[in-house]
Amino acid sequence: MLIPTFAQRHLLGYPWIVLAAVGTAFLSFGLWVHHMFTTGLPKISLAFFAAASEAVAIPTGVQIFVFIATLWAGNVKKSTPLLYASGSLAVFVIGGLTGVMVAVAPFDWQAHDTYFIVAHLHYVLIGGTLLPLFAGLYYYWPLITGKKLSDKLGRIAFWIMFVGMNVTFFPMHLSGLLGMPRRVFTYPEELGIGGLNLASTIGSYMFATGVLIVCIDLALSPRRPKAPRNPWNAGTLEWLALPDDEDWGIRSVPLIESRYPIWDQKNFVQKVDEGRFFLPDAEEMRRESIVTSVLDARPVQVIRLGTPSVKPMMTAVALAGVFILTTYHLYIWSAVSGVATLACVLWWLWTGTAEIPEKPTKHIGHGIEVPLYTSGPSAPGWWAMFITMMADATAFSGLVFGYFFFWTIHNDFPPSGDGLNGPGVFWPMAALALTLAGWAATVGAREVHRRGNVTAGRALLVVGIVATLASLFAGLAGPWYSGLDPELHVYPAIVWTLAIWTAVHAAIGVIMQAYTLARSLAGKMTPVYDADLRNITVYHHFLALTGIVTFCTIGLFPGVA
Amino acid sequence: MKKPERKHWARDLKVTLWTLIVPPTIWAAHFLFCYLWVAVTCAKSSAPGTALNGFPLATLIATIVALLGIVAAGYIARVQSETPGDPAPHEQGTAIDRLRFLALSTRLLAGLSFVAVIFTALPVIVFGDCR
Repeated sequence: MLIPTFAQRHLLGYPWIVLAAVGTAFLSFGLWVHHMFTTGLPKISLAFFAAASEAVAIPTGVQIFVFIATLWAGNVKKSTPLLYASGSLAVFVIGGLTGVMVAVAPFDWQAHDTYFIVAHLHYVLIGGTLLPLFAGLYYYWPLITGKKLSDKLGRIAFWIMFVGMNVTFFPMHLSGLLGMPRRVFTYPEELGIGGLNLASTIGSYMFATGVLIVCIDLALSPRRPKAPRNPWNAGTLEWLALPDDEDWGIRSVPLIESRYPIWDQKNFVQKVDEGRFFLPDAEEMRRESIVTSVLDARPVQVIRLGTPSVKPMMTAVALAGVFILTTYHLYIWSAVSGVATLACVLWWLWTGTAEIPEKPTKHIGHGIEVPLYTSGPSAPGWWAMFITMMADATAFSGLVFGYFFFWTIHNDFPPSGDGLNGPGVFWPMAALALTLAGWAATVGAREVHRRGNVTAGRALLVVGIVATLASLFAGLAGPWYSGLDPELHVYPAIVWTLAIWTAVHAAIGVIMQAYTLARSLAGKMTPVYDADLRNITVYHHFLALTGIVTFCTIGLFPGVA
Repeated sequence: MKKPERKHWARDLKVTLWTLIVPPTIWAAHFLFCYLWVAVTCAKSSAPGTALNGFPLATLIATIVALLGIVAAGYIARVQSETPGDPAPHEQGTAIDRLRFLALSTRLLAGLSFVAVIFTALPVIVFGDCR
């Protein structure tokens, strides 16, 4: 966003940025073990993660070259945000170069837990996150407050921070290699690194001074005059926003033909402000937006969004209570907070989502008419459920990996002995059958309900609730009746973990089925307006998969091994 | 008269966000397979010293299959990224430029994934045994 604005041209080689973003995202799945090179994992395993850690340098480098090339090809306007951005590139490149070094496992064994690592990670974090954040702060402050921050103070702060961070962290490369351990503040004089550490101390105070100047700049902001709209002459869409408050985000939803519509489309801002594009008015006085297809932005639905409400805040407070109270070991109160969270979420969902509209479709202007309600894979809620469950499945696969990892490193896994034999075959298989029955009932409910048979749909939901609830107890019965003691050994611990994970998910599944049944009984869900039922079916697909993996693993694998 | 050029079969395939992530997904599958195969072979072998015995066949086959898959995805993306019509630099909001953009991105990702798969196979070649 920021680089093209100050280069005053399109970002060069956009597909290369896609390569960098998608490539980094994928390769990151195969490199996180580089934080654990000294934990005693087999060396051949480490080598795979070292390979991915080295490979990730390619997309990262590509991204930096694209930024440099865009600035080179453009007509650069010097500015405070760009100063922070270019400083961040320089710092990040140094962090990346030491990253290539510590990605090599044998080098990491030498540098592990020394100041060399501290230097590396601060160059990465300050170059990759902190300085870009400051760049963003100076760039977007006018968008949020309507006022620019001081260019003079910003530049002074940048140079103090930039010099300060280098004086702090560059000597740490050397002191680390000379033997200075991290997380320790004392060291023997004989190491001869007193001068280097003194430089680090001086640099850290410089860096703090720079941050202080930024804070002063922020504090002075309310006294400054309003900046003009789009003060950087940016081409991207977000700069449509008006500095003065209105009751809407933008006056009308524009048709976008370029990545930089403010630069490329004629009279773009004026047309948006005059309401020439889509959804220019709120005829029903509702907060509305357009849902579009992903790639070519064809309008799919007009969605009615929530208005300011106390419900999300109450949910947030209740959820925060769960974690904060757990920290202080107040488990009963934490559980109370958990129940309150569930109540708030249900209340919020019941009153704020999947509302049946007063008319099936709505004109959005220019002769286009789109539905006010969609369900299934074209609805945002369906995708929210799908993406949430993908993340959930990733976490679950980590637990399953744990089970099999223990199997590879222990010769006697699963072990035998008092409190270690279990969970047997019967209960896990019963739980599996019940999970699949609950899944089949839910899918069946969706199908018959869609075809208009509401009564059969409700009946199948009741069957689903009973089966899923029974699967919850059957899943826990295996480790319970076989007397697996989770504090005895890693085997009963991981079996209990998998069983409890699946049981908790079954419980959430039951709540979803009951909620959907209640929606149907309350007349808030019909065969045409059935988003609730379709969304919970996605959840139950994942629940069935979780059940299959868990119960086959804990029930059948001991027999195979 | 020259015969009108036949439309390339690869241009009939649909380009979506899902096809974009085919090459890196192949990399991920290959990575997972190599890691698991080597970990289990080394941990469960009665003679870990010679368990891998040079370059194990399963890893070799997996690497070849993965590379072929990535080359195929890259080839299809290459043909699609050269779909004729619309002037350069292919940055407009037209259907063909959008297709070319996605296809070119896929092609670049195929290049990265090809290199990354070779990177993943290297430890097995270099080590040649369980350590």
